[in-house]
Amino acid sequence: MFAALLLLTIGLLGWQFAVQGTDRSLTASMKLGTDFNLIDHNGDPITEAAFDGQPTLVFFGFTRCPEVCPTTLYEMAGWLDTLGEAGNDLQAFFISVDPERDTPEIMKGYAEAFTERVTGITGDPDEIARVVAAWHVYAARIPTEDDDYTMDHTASVFLMDANGDFKGTIAYGENAETAVAKLRQLTGNS
Amino acid sequence: MKPIALALTAALFGLSVSASLAHEFKLGALEIDHPYARATPPNAPVSGGYMTIRNTGDEADRLISGEAAFAKRVEIHEMSMDGDVMKMREIKGGLEIPAGGEVTLKPGGFHVMFIGLDGQLIEGESRPATLTFQKAGSIELEFSVENVMKMKHDMKSHGHGDMDHGDMNKDAMKDDG
Repeated sequence: MFAALLLLTIGLLGWQFAVQGTDRSLTASMKLGTDFNLIDHNGDPITEAAFDGQPTLVFFGFTRCPEVCPTTLYEMAGWLDTLGEAGNDLQAFFISVDPERDTPEIMKGYAEAFTERVTGITGDPDEIARVVAAWHVYAARIPTEDDDYTMDHTASVFLMDANGDFKGTIAYGENAETAVAKLRQLTGNS
Repeated sequence: MKPIALALTAALFGLSVSASLAHEFKLGALEIDHPYARATPPNAPVSGGYMTIRNTGDEADRLISGEAAFAKRVEIHEMSMDGDVMKMREIKGGLEIPAGGEVTLKPGGFHVMFIGLDGQLIEGESRPATLTFQKAGSIELEFSVENVMKMKHDMKSHGHGDMDHGDMNKDAMKDDG
């Protein structure tokens, strides 16, 4: 009886992994993230409570990012556009991995150039580092000339359901139809 | 009269678009086709510059540096994906342009990085920048500013339908590699 239950559990985990398939280290329905005290792009305090109660997209990036971040924000705007009313419940956040340079003003101008549906989050660097670690996100400073630096970072969009459970990711460059299908599933409007 | 005027306008518009899309520069054995820079959101401190560089000579050359009045620094970078992590690196020693070959700088790969912009780059503008090659020397280019990924304002003004948008998105991805 116990052995059968164990087998069933293993089988279920394997199924989740196969279905998920987007990230080696993450499994659907696991809890990601942590409590936090940060600042949204309007300069107001924001905590982990902002993610509760609604399906949520979370993306980590920075505004000195020439490629992946503008492309992802552009695509996010497109997915939300395509979903129309079906996506009204969805909320989206863009968390800076470069909080020392990304002020709320810079985050606001940047995010709103693509869509008003995405809220930028920045704040205390140590607090950001805690959030980054709790989301299993990779973010590393790469020094460049003149004591400057750029950031390597995880480029996937994280999908969380209204209960705050991790449901999967949308990879960088994933085709729009697949992305929108994942969002429909997330909102229960598939 | 009206249809004729319309046709004329369309023809003129077509001409001006193709003229602005195809600009080419020559420097010794090198041909540089259509240099363009990514239009930026407000406050964005960086932009990417893209082009195709052809080497018609029988010796390899290298793009080693650049400078621009509108940016504090110009670097030559390569972007790549390592699993789900985006990485960007300066190409040390410059970007080789093989003899008889060509290299395309484009979104998602090699690019000239303009760092520390003096203002927003707005679609339709153009900005001069100088690129320096190891053998061929330096050349001043005009980078036309283009919306590599159309931003919100354009999407609204064109009023795309739902499905259209998805298609457009995919096409954009294909074009941009």
